[in-house]
Amino acid sequence: MADTKTAYERVQAARNGKRPMGSYYIEHMVDDFVELHGDRRFGDDAAIVAGIGYINHIPVTVIAMERGDTIEDRMKRNFGCPEPEGYRKALRLMKEAEKFHRPVICFIGSSGAYCGIEAEKRGQGLAIAENLYEMMGLKTPVISVVVGEGGSGGALALGVCDTAIMLENAVYSVISPEGCASILWKDASKAPEAAEHLRLTSYDLLSFDVVEKVIPETGKTDREICSALKTVLLDEIKKLSSLTTEELLDHRYQKFRKIGA
Amino acid sequence: MSTLKTILNTITGNVEQPPRICKKCNAEIPYEDYLANHCICPECGAYFRMRAVERLDATVDKGTFQEIDRKLKSKNPIDFPDYKEKLEKAEKASGLTEGVVCGTAKIDGIDCGLFIMDSAFMMGSMGTVVGEKITRLFEKATALGLPVIGFITSGGARMQEGIFSLMQMAKVSGAVKRHSEAGLLYIAVLTDPTTGGITASFAMQGDIIIAEPKALIGFAGQRVIEQTTGEKLPAGFQRAEFQLEHGFVDLIEERPRMTYTLAKLLKLHQA
Ligand SMILES: [Zn+2]
Repeated sequence: MADTKTAYERVQAARNGKRPMGSYYIEHMVDDFVELHGDRRFGDDAAIVAGIGYINHIPVTVIAMERGDTIEDRMKRNFGCPEPEGYRKALRLMKEAEKFHRPVICFIGSSGAYCGIEAEKRGQGLAIAENLYEMMGLKTPVISVVVGEGGSGGALALGVCDTAIMLENAVYSVISPEGCASILWKDASKAPEAAEHLRLTSYDLLSFDVVEKVIPETGKTDREICSALKTVLLDEIKKLSSLTTEELLDHRYQKFRKIGA
Repeated sequence: MSTLKTILNTITGNVEQPPRICKKCNAEIPYEDYLANHCICPECGAYFRMRAVERLDATVDKGTFQEIDRKLKSKNPIDFPDYKEKLEKAEKASGLTEGVVCGTAKIDGIDCGLFIMDSAFMMGSMGTVVGEKITRLFEKATALGLPVIGFITSGGARMQEGIFSLMQMAKVSGAVKRHSEAGLLYIAVLTDPTTGGITASFAMQGDIIIAEPKALIGFAGQRVIEQTTGEKLPAGFQRAEFQLEHGFVDLIEERPRMTYTLAKLLKLHQA
């Protein structure tokens, strides 16, 4: 089961440039994937890859953060940090999924929403706020999987869900350990200590009831992890699809309502 | 005014409120004058950050405020080091048990739910208690069929409560949505500063969003943007006027006219 990595070792594992991100899971889990682009407002944000395909013959909408492989690709994708258009594309396609009663699967892996002058001018805060608000009422099952670094509000904007899943070495935090250490101790090099205190590992979040499932990674290949995740996703889709819309939305409300109540 | 002064004296433990010093022009303003001038510097017009009790006094009909969940306190959910001490210090310094005051009141005779954040308590940052109190306020307003007015100021999510703080953004959003689906009005009043996870949740979820002049309103911190992009920030970046220009707030209202405008809007939304 669990290995003995420190919290910061998991942060480093979550950020590892070789770690599979959204596109990997789409490629290995989703059949006949059709990528859909753009927010129909301003542009298309490559930090979020979204579209429709099948998981074991079940149509699903997939929305995935993607940081890219090559340096050019990573520049194009802002290293996986979404701009407002990325969140708006995500919401647009969630609404499309709702219309056709199709489950939504979100893959989260990003240091956070992009921090820039233009992103602010186009309403980065509003874009995230609208996703939180609309996802709370989305009348179709939503499953979110944190596969890498789940960085703050920019991650939560794809994280309002019925079932939250984390890969074992993924992390999910209100602030980066470096940011936390800089604010608290004026010393970003104390990030490993901050990571420990922030309780950001998958097992921490499972113990807090913030996530429902952890997919073990230790001793497993990427393909094995992907396949284990697929099995869990199919289970969850089946379970959530059996609920009435009212039950689904009530369950989602209560899932978040009980946190810190 | 004198009742407010008594309350402030009690909560801050002072016998007498000291004069306020303007950070912009160094003017020394006797507290009575400061209050009479809506916590605005009479010399240079700078807006001070209002305490929740001052805002309450300036906004609601006298004697109508009924506070809820006054005693709710954080349980330090992730055992963050030195956090308990920080909370105790914040309590002493602010006279509050947390960074938001919630309740029901009348504004110009109209019943409403009210939440007022107070930056004197850990910069009005949102942990579990701030999230829980605002959620309960929206739930109560939904049950009673009341509009909600929120005076917002916050540095964002409170890092000492880790993932619990982050999840409050979703929790409050859920309660705001249910309130909205019941056909009820929510007016968000953004005051200096409104940043981070608060801007990315209930600050931007109002049916109507009002800002105070020059208030800093944004998602990413200015220093973070400069460090990330290496770009120099334009003058007035993320101020209320910038947000109005880019279409993210409905109007900017001056503090002396705020209650009048809120009352007018409340009235316009009555069936
Ligand atoms: Zn002055």
